[in-house]
Amino acid sequence: MRRSEFDIAVVGGGIVGAAIAFGAAGPGRRIVMLDEGDVALRASRGNFALVWVHGKGLGRPDYARWSARAVRRWRSFADDLAAETGTDVGLEQRGGLLLFLDGEGLTTQAAACRRIADDLGADAFPVEVLDHAATARLLPAIGPEVVGATFCPLDGHVNVLRLFGALHEGCRRRGVDYRPGAKVAAISREPGGGYRLDTAAGTVAAARVVLAAGLGNGRLAPMLGLSAPVLPERGQILVTERTGRLLDYPTGTVRQTDEGSVMIGASKERVGFDTGTETEVLAELAASAVRMFPALASLAVVRSWGALRVMTPDGLPIYAVDPSGTAFLATCHSGITLASVHAGEIAAAVAGGTLPDVFAQFSPERFADVQAA
Amino acid sequence: MFRRLDPKPAGAVTLTIDGRVVAAAPGDSVMGAMLLADTPAAGRSPADGSPRAPYCGMGVCFECLVTIDGGPRRQACLTPVRDGMVVTTGIADD
Ligand SMILES: Cc1cc2nc3c(=O)[nH]c(=O)nc-3n(C[C@H](O)[C@H](O)[C@H](O)COP(=O)(O)OP(=O)(O)OC[C@H]3O[C@@H](n4cnc5c(N)ncnc54)[C@H](O)[C@@H]3O)c2cc1C
Ligand code: FES
Repeated sequence: MRRSEFDIAVVGGGIVGAAIAFGAAGPGRRIVMLDEGDVALRASRGNFALVWVHGKGLGRPDYARWSARAVRRWRSFADDLAAETGTDVGLEQRGGLLLFLDGEGLTTQAAACRRIADDLGADAFPVEVLDHAATARLLPAIGPEVVGATFCPLDGHVNVLRLFGALHEGCRRRGVDYRPGAKVAAISREPGGGYRLDTAAGTVAAARVVLAAGLGNGRLAPMLGLSAPVLPERGQILVTERTGRLLDYPTGTVRQTDEGSVMIGASKERVGFDTGTETEVLAELAASAVRMFPALASLAVVRSWGALRVMTPDGLPIYAVDPSGTAFLATCHSGITLASVHAGEIAAAVAGGTLPDVFAQFSPERFADVQAA
Repeated sequence: MFRRLDPKPAGAVTLTIDGRVVAAAPGDSVMGAMLLADTPAAGRSPADGSPRAPYCGMGVCFECLVTIDGGPRRQACLTPVRDGMVVTTGIADD
């Protein structure tokens, strides 16, 4: 058995763990990132890649603010990654649309966006309601059935596989010791302080621990006296062959990647830990995408998959820290959007800086009733 | 650049690739015929115009799309050759 000493052990090498490790790493700080192998549940490689705030945080202005902060930080985060790793993560951030095929849907969404703006007051970010003609000016490929859209100029999308690669490369360059095949089975507090982590590849000792293990957090959190009631929610996604530029802006369900493919997503299903696909679900996604953009009908679908969201009971992130200030938990849906603030504020807190408000706002204590019930 | 390992393949078929008459053997894929004829380029990326060629050879990467007998965007690596087949790559359209 190998035994090693680290300042920080990050459990989980998905986008959340890698963003925190990247942000916390620096000269003189010894960080280990413990991950499973190639075959693992990993939302970070099967997601829809939107950097998105629009429509988020109804009734929870703190979440709308946190998401808006993340989205506003994304450009400089992407620039830092490019400067440090040479990888351009393909951030396009000229705004994004939620398209509607029925008037009622559009009215409801517009009202929700107005309520979010009212709640945010001076912090409100712009969201415009567009009719068919105004939508067509941004996305000329829309079909006649599109009644309109809401548009938020802060939104965008990235190439998520390059983001994943850049974060891992950035971690490597900043001296993070990445250990795949090191699934953590148990974590215990050492009598003299610090933690012992028993992994599939030996034992590791660290002064601080960060749980960023996605769906694995549910099992690990209680070992540190924390809780993470996360459940899998499957999303199925379709990808077409590459084609010339068709869509200049991402929408909530259809977007064109920087490499020309069109991605169509994503279903929301509670099917446990099943990452499969189902023809009926994919057919429904494709049919609605074709109603939005009729030109998609002639494109071949080259791939489809199912991936599991790391879903909390209210869909908001969970950030937690134990009373000693040495055990942290960070888990969320929308980890692509939030990657910039995970590498920023959350990483700084983990490294010993001040705890941002989100540790109080998004503490798992809000689920106390759920757990008692 | 590419050469056939079996010096005496059973039978012969003839197809055209961008107007050039090319010999192949039954069971060859169109991709195999393209590589043996030293014309590996399948087309250009619609996103950035860079030339593309078969990459995975097993139906996964979609870098080998060509027009076969008028049918657009067929996977050369998954399509067996047939006598008289007409293959056009995107490269020749340039
Ligand atoms: C279909 C779909 C669409 C999505 N679309 C978007 C979007 O458009 N925009 C957006 O912002 N977000 C989106 N998301 C959400 C986003 O992908 C996730 O929030 C994010 O990937 C979560 O990252 P993570 O690192 O927490 O989890 P994961 O990527 O699941 O990674 C968890 C990691 O922890 C490791 N692990 C687990 N248990 C252990 C253990 N015991 N020991 C060691 N390692 C362990 C796993 O191997 C894995 O590497 C989407 C998700 C899905 C599924
Ligand atoms: S070479 Fe990859 S799909 Fe044909």
